[in-house]
Amino acid sequence: MDMTLIAGSALASGPEIIVIVGACAALMISLLPNARQGNLLASLSVIIIALAAGMSYALPESPQREYSGMFVVDSFSTYFKMVLYLATALTVLMSGKYLVKEGVVKGEYYVLLLFALVGTMIMVSGTDLLIIYVGIELQALSIYVLVGFLKADARSNEAALKYVILGAFSSGILLYGISLFYGLSGTTDLDAIAGALFSPEFDSPMLLMATLFMLVGLLFKVGAVPFHMWVPDIYEGAPSPITAFMSVAAKAAAFAVILRIFLNELFVLMPIWLLGVAGIAILSMALGSLAALVQTNIKRMLAYSSIAHAGFLLLGLIAGSTDGVASVMQYLVVFTFMNLGMFAIIILLNKGVKFGEPIESFAGLAKTHPMLALMTMIFLFSLAGIPPTGGFFAKFYVLLALIETGHIWLAVIAVLLSAVAAWFYLRIIMLMYVHEPSETPDIHITLSMQIVLTVTLLGTVLTGLFPAWLLETARNAAVF
Amino acid sequence: MELPILSVLIFLPAIAAIIVPFLKGNNSARWFTLIVLVLDFLIAIWLLFAFDTTTAEMQFSESREWVPSLGIGYRLGIDGVSVWFIFLTALLGWICVLASWNSIKHRVKEFMASLLAIQSMMIGVFCSLDVFLFYVLWEAMLIPMYLIIGIWGGENRRYAAFKFFLFTLAGSLLFLIGILVLYFEGDRTFDMLALMASEYSFKVQVGVFIAFLIAFAVKIPMVPFHTWLPDAHVQAPTAGSIILAGVLLKMGAYGFIRFSLPMLPDASQYFAPMMIALSALAIVYGGLLALAQTDIKKLVAYSSVSHMGFITLGLFTLNVNGMSGAIIQMFNHGITTGALFLFVGLIYERTQSREIPRYGGMIKAVPFFGILFATFLLSSMAVPGTNGFVGEILVLSGTFAVNGWAASAGVVGALIGAAYLLGIYRQLLLGPVKVPDDNKIWDLDNREILCAVPLLIFVFWMGLYPKPFLSILQPTLEHLLLQLTVTGAAV
Repeated sequence: MDMTLIAGSALASGPEIIVIVGACAALMISLLPNARQGNLLASLSVIIIALAAGMSYALPESPQREYSGMFVVDSFSTYFKMVLYLATALTVLMSGKYLVKEGVVKGEYYVLLLFALVGTMIMVSGTDLLIIYVGIELQALSIYVLVGFLKADARSNEAALKYVILGAFSSGILLYGISLFYGLSGTTDLDAIAGALFSPEFDSPMLLMATLFMLVGLLFKVGAVPFHMWVPDIYEGAPSPITAFMSVAAKAAAFAVILRIFLNELFVLMPIWLLGVAGIAILSMALGSLAALVQTNIKRMLAYSSIAHAGFLLLGLIAGSTDGVASVMQYLVVFTFMNLGMFAIIILLNKGVKFGEPIESFAGLAKTHPMLALMTMIFLFSLAGIPPTGGFFAKFYVLLALIETGHIWLAVIAVLLSAVAAWFYLRIIMLMYVHEPSETPDIHITLSMQIVLTVTLLGTVLTGLFPAWLLETARNAAVF
Repeated sequence: MELPILSVLIFLPAIAAIIVPFLKGNNSARWFTLIVLVLDFLIAIWLLFAFDTTTAEMQFSESREWVPSLGIGYRLGIDGVSVWFIFLTALLGWICVLASWNSIKHRVKEFMASLLAIQSMMIGVFCSLDVFLFYVLWEAMLIPMYLIIGIWGGENRRYAAFKFFLFTLAGSLLFLIGILVLYFEGDRTFDMLALMASEYSFKVQVGVFIAFLIAFAVKIPMVPFHTWLPDAHVQAPTAGSIILAGVLLKMGAYGFIRFSLPMLPDASQYFAPMMIALSALAIVYGGLLALAQTDIKKLVAYSSVSHMGFITLGLFTLNVNGMSGAIIQMFNHGITTGALFLFVGLIYERTQSREIPRYGGMIKAVPFFGILFATFLLSSMAVPGTNGFVGEILVLSGTFAVNGWAASAGVVGALIGAAYLLGIYRQLLLGPVKVPDDNKIWDLDNREILCAVPLLIFVFWMGLYPKPFLSILQPTLEHLLLQLTVTGAAV
């Protein structure tokens, strides 16, 4: 390999390199005396992310395959990377106060978060199953540690252990699927696999097996039913900002991988996996919505809600057209805004590990903090998909893509289940506006929290009122 | 450049809703809301006068791009039907503010903001000529209404608010699916007029009609989708009930006029007998339910089910008499039932009870109150000379031309209506003076008179001289019938 090739590859993976170098630098800096005071590391992380975002923005839009075709920079990956930068930056911003409150101010936190970001970035750029696998593992290993970051909290420890075991298990299944694909086609490169599968003489019952393993491994990562068991426990036990990060960034990256793999080379097998995915989507929406109704912990409730959202997102995959892909991409952006906004509010209301996050902490919020209650209401209505919020347009676009491809009954089931889902979002609104506050919560909104709330609120509202720009961006990026 | 009058009408309350929470003091919030809504009302009056009655074209049209790649636009325009509902909405808007002047004591600013928001959305629904815009406003409206019932309602308000929200949401979402099917069957646009102009196969029409039917039937509400209505009405504060009965229920019927009839003419004709049967059922069943009530607010709520039955009955006769009767009846119902809920609210404000048997002799105790209340009861009963008569007689004459049995059911329903309304009349107004728990009761004050008198004017104006109403309606209705027959013949 000559120097220009290496230079070109390095340039294409510039954003990843920036984040890795930045993360290593942050690790060094965190060892300096006084580095843990103030917001030095958080600010540094945001700057690193901003630099990476600038780099991604500057890279050419036309698809560029580097590292012998294992890594691609195209508008699809750039779009997803922007979502990941946004999610990570917001997570960093909402972490500072939380860490202080829980007494776990440590430099590794930000470093691990940055490594998790790199993992997700590699996932969305990978065009080789092994590269994708490396990305998934890098992201997962970082998150395993972050989930157990509250060392003094039993729930956090339990969640970390569960996640490690189940995560390793699902990675094994995924890896098995990859090895089957390799055995069938002699390659791990996505395009080459596609070429092998599309050839007419290719017909092997093993293909079904390989697809099944691949599907299960990936659906585990997005937390779709029946591979959702880990979601509520881990969402509840993990530190709230990490839960937020997982629910948004890790999920977005997993969906990017699913879209790239399934709408690319497994497209030929569509009739086989389509029915299964449709069933899983419906089950996820149904179980997510129904189980959320009875939760008393807000993070558990949002865990089930995010299972239901994952089900809705799978509908975009079923549609499969350009609009279908674009609808998933648009949905993930809106979901990033509204879900992170909701988690920011949860972090603000958090009274410490001992108390957990009971839904009752929202009671009477409208009386004590009217602005905060209004924001929460907007986030919740958006999560429920009520116009004029972004959540509505996102769902609308998925439905549009679904009906375009003729899946009318699936759309009917989806909307009826999302009406059920509205119930538990409304319950919190009721708590805020109708119930009396038990005590005046001590809420101190720091500057970084203000930024998070402003960005997420504006994002949620503007993607609803003026969806055209995001829609066009997603549509243009929905090619791979 | 011409002033975009419809946008002004929509955005005036919307902007005011954002300003209200920042005002100081509850009274300034009340006055501010009142002034804004009166201003909105004045614009609506001007709109009526400026309306051109010679054409069936959409008037005061506006069009702007919104999401061009999906064919979504900000398209507004009104015809002879919508202009009346805009007027009705604007009229009831400021009456609602006056009606809740004293009865809403906590979170006044939030309440006023909700009122303004819902006003803006309701007018927007009647103005919009883009299905997407229509849908967004139609569903967004649930938010302020949910808050109005949930925060300021009666003891059981949480249950009622949930039920209202979820019923309507489920219905609306099916409507959305129907819309999307039409979108792909048509020219991939959400322009209502373009969707009306396209033709759809009978199979598509039937499917979409059913989806629309469920959405509108929940909103109207038609039997058997009516169970949310009594809960919502009984628990809602007075202003909420007035808006609910006056405007929100009409939106279902308006949906039939805007979507089902012109876009799905073949399916409309195919389903007309079923719709007539369901309407007849609603009239009689709603009436019987009303007859059994002792809570006066519940009684009026069930009477709404019965009266809304007349509206759907008239619409699906698919002839001039029935349809113009239905539209007049929609307007009337807004006026009369709005007034009845207003008076129920006044009674409740004074005595904290709504049990009919606990009252008596109101005409003696509070003569002015009694006489006005009696007038609205009579108008609801469709006594000749009042607005209710004009609507009901047109609907019934239209129905006799189509289906004698349904018309007979309508007559029976009207009789049952007379029975329960006269029942209230006798119990509440006549006989020895009786007030629950020895509460003090007092006659209407100036503010309350100001609420009631405009409604009273319309009761008699419509009852005695309905020509101006009909003349504005005429061209639009003829156009609608033309749409029905032209495409209907193509089968």
